[in-house]
Amino acid sequence: MALSQYQQQGTYDETFDGSGLPRPGCAALVGRLQTLSDDELIRYQKAADAAMFQMGITFQVYGDDQASERIFPFDVLPRLIRFDEWRHIESGLRQRIRALNLFIDDIYNEQRVINAGVVPGELIASATSYREQCRGLKPPKGIWCHITGTDLVRDKDGTVYVLEDNLRVPSGVSYVIENRAVMKRTFPQIFEGFQIASVEDYPERLLETLQFAAPEGVSDPTIVVLTPGIYNSAYFEHSFLAHEMGVELVQGSDLVIRNRTCFMRTTRGLKRVDVIYRRIDDDFLDPQSFRPDSLLGVPGLMDAYRAGNVTLANAPGGGIADDKAVYNYVPQIIRFYLDEEPILPNVPTYLCHDPEQCEYVLAHLDEMVVKPTNESGGYGLLIGPHATAEQIAACRKQVQRDPRNFIAQPMLTLSTVPTLFDKSVEPRHVDLRPFILHGERTWVLPGGLTRVALRKGSIVVNSSQGGGSKDTWVLAADHQVNVGGE
Amino acid sequence: MLSRVAESAFWMTRYIERAENIARFIDVNQHLALDDFAAGQWAPLVAITGDLAEFEARYETASRDSVLQLLTIDAQYGNSILSCVRRARENARTIREVISVDMWEEINQFYHFVERWAKEPTMLLNPHAFLAHVRRASNTIEGITNGTMSHDEAWNFVQLARMLERADKTSRILDVKYFILLPTVHDVGTPIDTIQWSALLKSASALHMYRRRHGRISPEAVAEFLLLDRYFPRSVHFCLLRAEQALREVSGSSREAFTNRAEQLLGRLRSELDYLRVQEVFERGMHEFIDNLQSRLNQIGEAIHQSYFVGAPEPMPFTQSQHQ
Repeated sequence: MALSQYQQQGTYDETFDGSGLPRPGCAALVGRLQTLSDDELIRYQKAADAAMFQMGITFQVYGDDQASERIFPFDVLPRLIRFDEWRHIESGLRQRIRALNLFIDDIYNEQRVINAGVVPGELIASATSYREQCRGLKPPKGIWCHITGTDLVRDKDGTVYVLEDNLRVPSGVSYVIENRAVMKRTFPQIFEGFQIASVEDYPERLLETLQFAAPEGVSDPTIVVLTPGIYNSAYFEHSFLAHEMGVELVQGSDLVIRNRTCFMRTTRGLKRVDVIYRRIDDDFLDPQSFRPDSLLGVPGLMDAYRAGNVTLANAPGGGIADDKAVYNYVPQIIRFYLDEEPILPNVPTYLCHDPEQCEYVLAHLDEMVVKPTNESGGYGLLIGPHATAEQIAACRKQVQRDPRNFIAQPMLTLSTVPTLFDKSVEPRHVDLRPFILHGERTWVLPGGLTRVALRKGSIVVNSSQGGGSKDTWVLAADHQVNVGGE
Repeated sequence: MLSRVAESAFWMTRYIERAENIARFIDVNQHLALDDFAAGQWAPLVAITGDLAEFEARYETASRDSVLQLLTIDAQYGNSILSCVRRARENARTIREVISVDMWEEINQFYHFVERWAKEPTMLLNPHAFLAHVRRASNTIEGITNGTMSHDEAWNFVQLARMLERADKTSRILDVKYFILLPTVHDVGTPIDTIQWSALLKSASALHMYRRRHGRISPEAVAEFLLLDRYFPRSVHFCLLRAEQALREVSGSSREAFTNRAEQLLGRLRSELDYLRVQEVFERGMHEFIDNLQSRLNQIGEAIHQSYFVGAPEPMPFTQSQHQ
């Protein structure tokens, strides 16, 4: 198959080393793929696409009519992660989440981290994701970020960096599970002889995490997933997770607060709700506490939450820890709370907030990636080396007008993975979003969502911007024994 | 269960059953229109839907093409097969976590099938394959639902919805006979008349079961079979017996008592049919009887809304639809 003509592009390739040979752990997969013809591979790809369509693993394209429902593009060539690499990533993520959870708790309570001079107080006060309404709150078991999706990238030299932490309502985990299911359904041959960590117990672990977070004294909690509704682009995932956990999927209008207690409207009257896995942003949760124009939320919900009668996962206010300006302080935050050295490094970041750093950024806009501090989904991003003079000028103006709202990072060369196209296999840039559950223990789903920038040369992997995904295999420790021939 | 979920399960099923029955209506006319004596009579098909005014506002004459267009792929008409299947799937999408994966996949495939055919320009020339597929898809979904979904409260709402919709639509199939004109008054009781009655049976998939039960075709026996038979699964009486059973499963009340208006209305209608003779139907006038039956079914639908889907808007008159 076309792998023999695979052209690397001077990046770190996840499958092949600099000399074009398969990396350790990848040889068996490369060998397997080479026994397949191009036509066969295309056939597997088409079967996978058809399966996704049939299973309704689709998202709605905004502003279009009924017919414009698309599958999230999926590439059948898997991305491999060696066990030892994964161990390193996993321990780094556990450490990071433990520290960030302590940080959020501290920010809304004693603020030791500010008093000790580790994080500047004005940076917190000026963050749009800071919620004064959460001051003094003590969520059950001290857990604020129950579910996190952290974005990792690998640079040219092979180092894995944390690009951003998503502690609000990270999405994508349903695709990890469904991608694996589709691969097994349409391309079972490729798994033979491999030992791959399973991803199927995520819903079970999520349920366990949510049960653990129940208000004190509730032994058999009623759990629900709160969705903004079917027009939300992540609706598939909300529905999927509720289905897999066997809990109700509710909309704001299904919930009602009586006597600082949350209930859902059922055919037999009101039923008490103990834990809400909410997939709605803080701003929309409760029109009485946050945005008054929100129709998605539940009036009085924050009040019930403050009274300790219902748990919200993730806790409101946690977004302060994934503010892109706070991001820069995460290494210090880890040292401060855990007295450990960070295992996974941050991408070097310039805060435009700081006049000196801002000056440097403005002088090097054409080399940098500039990001608004409180956006996600790849919106409002400037990629300096790919931008036109007008785009750079426009960005300059925005940064000068509101420096607090911007950070800049040197442009990383994201690692690549072989990706299947009609007539060829070509390298495409990828990132990795592992999912971390923080409950009685801190658990990381093996692998995570590999997002791939399908456009040639692009480094933007977001699905709203032409990205796709791949199945991600974490190979078991003893894989070499099992595959033979390597 | 959540009221909103119960409502979506209810309407998901009604729309699927409705799509199937529209395919059956068209089918009865196909049978008749191919014989020259009834050729050209497409208006009755619109009349039985109860949506004649809407049809006349948008189409000039009731031709084969215009009526087929309306009933199959007219996206503006809320009760076309296309609209029904879209709304069924939309409802299914909001309750994917409640229904089984197999159900969802079948409904999703049904939707994609109808969307694809709606864009096929030659479909209206020979809609037979399309209509046959619509019927089969609905039957498949019913089978998968019964075989893969726990027969709990949600399933009972599904069953209730299917049986109410089917009772209404079977009565409408029977009503076609009222609207279709015989060439002359002397043709009553002639072979032409017999052919028309048996076409009704065919479109309710009832001809062979009818033969085993009654033998030769007679108007009284056909009406009795489609309205009052206790064992044929598309007869109005059968449907009401099953609907009542499902409703009582939901409320948990015994057959001797009622706990809400829906149970009261449904129980009363069902018990009337228990003891009704078909001769009384004809004495009263079959069309008038069916008219009354349909408006009582609508009242039952409204009462279910009030009792279980609180906050839902009032349904449309005559042919009930869901407003979301």
